Amino acid sequence: MSDLEFQNGDRVRVHTWYPPGHVRTPYFIRGCNGTVIGCAGVYENPEKLAYGQDAEHRPLYRVQFKQADVWQDYQGPEQDTLVVDIYEHWLEPDT
Amino acid sequence: MSPHDHDHEPHPYQPDIEDAPFTERMVMAQAVEELLIEKGVFTADQMRAQIESVDSRTPAMGAQVIARAWTDPEFKARLLEDVNAATEELGIDAGHIPIRAVENTEDVHNVIVCTLCSCYPRLLIGLPPDWYKSRAYRSRTIKEPRTVLSEFGTELPEDIEVRVHDSTADLRYMVLPRRPDGTDGWDEEALQGLVTRDSMIGVSLPKSPD
Repeated sequence: MSDLEFQNGDRVRVHTWYPPGHVRTPYFIRGCNGTVIGCAGVYENPEKLAYGQDAEHRPLYRVQFKQADVWQDYQGPEQDTLVVDIYEHWLEPDT
Repeated sequence: MSPHDHDHEPHPYQPDIEDAPFTERMVMAQAVEELLIEKGVFTADQMRAQIESVDSRTPAMGAQVIARAWTDPEFKARLLEDVNAATEELGIDAGHIPIRAVENTEDVHNVIVCTLCSCYPRLLIGLPPDWYKSRAYRSRTIKEPRTVLSEFGTELPEDIEVRVHDSTADLRYMVLPRRPDGTDGWDEEALQGLVTRDSMIGVSLPKSPD
């Protein structure tokens, strides 16, 4: 898949959008910075599929976040992480 | 004398399923089910068979897969690459939804949650336990995983990474636990007995051989 916008190791930021409807990007991860650790394949966009609309295919990335970057008051050690599956259109380069 | 001709206090009353209120959503589900059958989309027997098939999946199927991965490094590599294809080698149809296995190592302990709903590799390890679907597990595992794990009796060293996977979208996850120490020379069947449902969710470790 050469037309992927992001590669493994890329630093990304999750958009802080709040659209209504069936969205698979959890609230708590919006606005957070993480690292792409893989592409999990290409799937029909659930935001359209849920309503029976023609759904275009979108790459789904596995993005890893440091817990301390997601929760300011995270109690565990600094190496703990979180991996969330996020669609490409919800990500932008972290510059 | 029949069993109920005795004169102690009455037994507590066990409610029937129908005693719970019939909610609007239950009415909708039943209406859709009846319509699909009436319109011939599928038959009542096909629906029953599908429910029976899903209900027949158990953690023992997952344990079979894990034990094979513990004893066959090449199978393990194929499993980490593509769970659905690898399980087919064992005659297990894990369905068309892609499942990803995440491997516990000396340095990383994986835990699975679905914060948005209750995504779970049902066709491989059966239906999820009720607590997996609870709001408490879903909201707490993502932000205080070590506390949740300790409530399950799982204390992990401070120097390893706890990695929580949120199955938010099109993948289902299962944990490939570490093979317990002291099991050298054990065969696959014996190893299967050490793999538990909770160890494949990651809230626990496999049973110890002692």
